[in-house]
Amino acid sequence: MPVSVTKDVEKLKDTSVASPQETAATHSGASTPQGVVDVSSVRKFLMARGNSAVADRGFRWLMIACAMSIFAIVALIASELIARSQLSIAKFGIGFFFKQAWNPVTGDYGALTFIYGTLASSIVALIIAVPLSIGVSVFITEMSPKFLRGPLSFLTELLAAIPSVVYGLWAVFVLVPILRDDVNPVLMKTLGWTGFFAPPNFGQGVMTAGVILAIMILPIISSLTREVMTAVPGSQREAVLALGATRWEMIRMGVLRNARIGIVGSIILGLGRALGETMAVTMVIGNRPEIVKSLLAPGYSMASVIANEFTEASDSLYLSALVEIGLALFLVTIIVNGLARLLVWAVTRGASARVA
Amino acid sequence: MSSRYKTGKATQIWRSATNHMATGLAVLSTVLVVAPLIAIFVYLIYKGASSLNLAFFIKTPRAVGEPGGGMANAIVGSALLLGIGSLIGVPIGIASGVFLAEFGRGGKLANAVRFTADVLNGVPSIVMGIAIYSLIVLPQKHFSALAGGVALGIMMIPTITRTTEEMLLMVPHSIREAALGLGVPNWRSVLSITLKTASPGIITGCMLAFARVAGETAPLLFTAFGNQFWSANLNEPIAALPLQIYVYAISPYDEWHRLAWAGSLVLIVLIVLSVSLVRFVTTRGVLKGAN
Repeated sequence: MPVSVTKDVEKLKDTSVASPQETAATHSGASTPQGVVDVSSVRKFLMARGNSAVADRGFRWLMIACAMSIFAIVALIASELIARSQLSIAKFGIGFFFKQAWNPVTGDYGALTFIYGTLASSIVALIIAVPLSIGVSVFITEMSPKFLRGPLSFLTELLAAIPSVVYGLWAVFVLVPILRDDVNPVLMKTLGWTGFFAPPNFGQGVMTAGVILAIMILPIISSLTREVMTAVPGSQREAVLALGATRWEMIRMGVLRNARIGIVGSIILGLGRALGETMAVTMVIGNRPEIVKSLLAPGYSMASVIANEFTEASDSLYLSALVEIGLALFLVTIIVNGLARLLVWAVTRGASARVA
Repeated sequence: MSSRYKTGKATQIWRSATNHMATGLAVLSTVLVVAPLIAIFVYLIYKGASSLNLAFFIKTPRAVGEPGGGMANAIVGSALLLGIGSLIGVPIGIASGVFLAEFGRGGKLANAVRFTADVLNGVPSIVMGIAIYSLIVLPQKHFSALAGGVALGIMMIPTITRTTEEMLLMVPHSIREAALGLGVPNWRSVLSITLKTASPGIITGCMLAFARVAGETAPLLFTAFGNQFWSANLNEPIAALPLQIYVYAISPYDEWHRLAWAGSLVLIVLIVLSVSLVRFVTTRGVLKGAN
């Protein structure tokens, strides 16, 4: 197909051909193609000849020190979280995560309610956001006319630029009334039998949190999905089309199938964001520590219990229990993000090597 | 399964129908994604613009029930917090990026740094709040602007590190070698040749990191804490725009809701301006690092 061929050519142009003015701006008239000479050996030779070994070494160590500070920061965060949650870990042990109690008066704490709220709202968010973001990515990368491509991806990126608290504000005053008065009654009538959409219908609840989370994680999932989809080589598309496939068949067999691991990675990355999201969720989830099957009922999430109660925590056990929830959130997001990066990297690695 | 391999008329119609349906669904989902964005912006501009006035920018908050007042202290507070954040985040971020691109290429240490930066990037902002609370606020025994700024600064580091690395990797080797060949010491060549060549892209990264933390609320809840009055003292609790928006949004007063909308509009305009400025300039190629 000529379409994908031209696209590939453009991509090549974008990545490897310097425009004349840029080359001029970089002090060097000679833009020798990379990889012709063994660059590192030339550089090593020249560097060894310099007479500023002390300054060079100092500079190098300064840069290394700054890079090491990233380790230090993460280590400090982890150690502080572990140290401050010792009290609660010692008292409740692993049972902390399987207990529903949350009672500052008797000093009995368990995180299950909040884990449930976080998971339920994140799953609702994924159910809404995943099909939408794949649809958007398919449209932008494979279908959209060229003039729409830039503006559309810019618009989805703008969604990522809106601060969490503004989403929360909008959700409280616009989304909650819409869901309460228009959407939820319909859901209760049609899907009420499942038990997931039962009264009470306050408007604030796990469902609302899920919807606002979906809007917030859309840009993350869709931008990464777009990235892995464009990493699928054009020859795959052409091969499928040459066999007489329709455009959808080409997308399904040639693009989505090749990009599926990366798409899963981007979904997991979106999940990581959803799990840790605080402000917007706190403003609409209802903040009631209860596990109810109905998604319309108010709930409470791990991040929002910290946001709401941290400054009010009167005794050290209370504080320690809240920090332990934070520690759990920290560990879970590390695992989730690590997994996602690994998957995305596994897909895009080959592609970037081809382009370079 | 078998229908895929048949070539009858019905199959043709079915295939073409699924094709059109898929196109329709893709268009529909695009509309559904763009719709909330437009809804948020329209509502924000409508609500915010009608509540925005001069007092918002020059007055401090009034007591509950009194009309008027503004968020001048929060705007100044946000500027201070972001200033402290940039002072911490920009140098460390750029230096780490320089390490990754110039000294650590492909090494195990560089991979570890890269991975840790990703971990740092994924730390939920509320967890960052707790960590800074126990690192700075608890030992000091009071909330402070300094703690808030440190939290924001740390959150800026990973973005800046990764963009700096990416931009530096785009600088051709020939430039570095030309500098070294002229007898320029390596540190000097990194600072005034490589970094300078890549500076437009690095500035872009810094702006993006800045825009990202400008709207952060959660890490400030237990660090900067918020303040209803003027304060420029780094050792005292300080107001911040997102914090103030949060407090006002969950309050039951209409007057405060009005101010929350105005504040959100100001915040969004600042963020969108910087993001689109960055995008505009980068797509024009002016700020693109050398290839």
